[in-house]
Amino acid sequence: MNTIPLEFYLILSAILFSIGTVGVLTRRNAIVVFMSIELMLNSVNLTFVSFSAFLGDVAGQIFVFFIMAIAAGEATIGLAIVLALFRQKQTVYVDEANSLKW
Amino acid sequence: MGWLYFFFGILSVLAVASAIVTISSRNPVRSAFALIFHFFMLAGLYLTLNAQFVAVIQVLVYAGAIMVLVVFVIMLLNLSNEERLSEKFDVRKAIAITLGIAFIIQIIVAILIPNSFNSNLHQDSAVIGTAQFIGKSLFSNYLVPFEIVGILLISAIIGAIVLAKRKVE
Repeated sequence: MNTIPLEFYLILSAILFSIGTVGVLTRRNAIVVFMSIELMLNSVNLTFVSFSAFLGDVAGQIFVFFIMAIAAGEATIGLAIVLALFRQKQTVYVDEANSLKW
Repeated sequence: MGWLYFFFGILSVLAVASAIVTISSRNPVRSAFALIFHFFMLAGLYLTLNAQFVAVIQVLVYAGAIMVLVVFVIMLLNLSNEERLSEKFDVRKAIAITLGIAFIIQIIVAILIPNSFNSNLHQDSAVIGTAQFIGKSLFSNYLVPFEIVGILLISAIIGAIVLAKRKVE
């Protein structure tokens, strides 16, 4: 039987989520911002799976399945937007995409 | 018992290290490969939680499909190394890092408050992690959300094609 306490998984997931947050807030390459969002989604998935395993409830793992589907859709749309941005402005840096800024 | 802690320690340290490499590397390709490594470490952590199905789709969907897409786009755009890693406002960066650290501390304090959760995995955890159990649950109790996710993925595909296709004059 597993004896690693639930807290270890939750703390690891909190650390990973915060690393992802710092990546989203500080990086200027849009693709790296996407990868940081994936980091955040994955840390939440880890929380879901650990609660699911510790409480014996399958709903957490079903949610992880749905989150992965949403993340796939989000990555597709996001990368298409990055491609469109690159065609328009020849840049992927978020601080150079300022056409809407007055 | 001891080896499980050993395994968890290695996996979690490598997961945190590869996450830091992902957000701090100048080269986006290196970021992407660190992220793929991170996904494999997370799949190992899911295995320590008896969640076999989630571990497998983690590798298949994330490391296999999403990251291939990301690497393709990076190669397509032919990006060079960033000369400036972050945006030029240093104030914003400082605030972001401060908020991140405060967030970690808050969550850790909240987690360490004594709670009533079992210290062991639930006795059924090995059963509910299998593809069979998740599949049965997905096609009975969660059938409607499953179909809605299908519709969402179709609209995502159509949206991506519309956004990324070359405009015909």
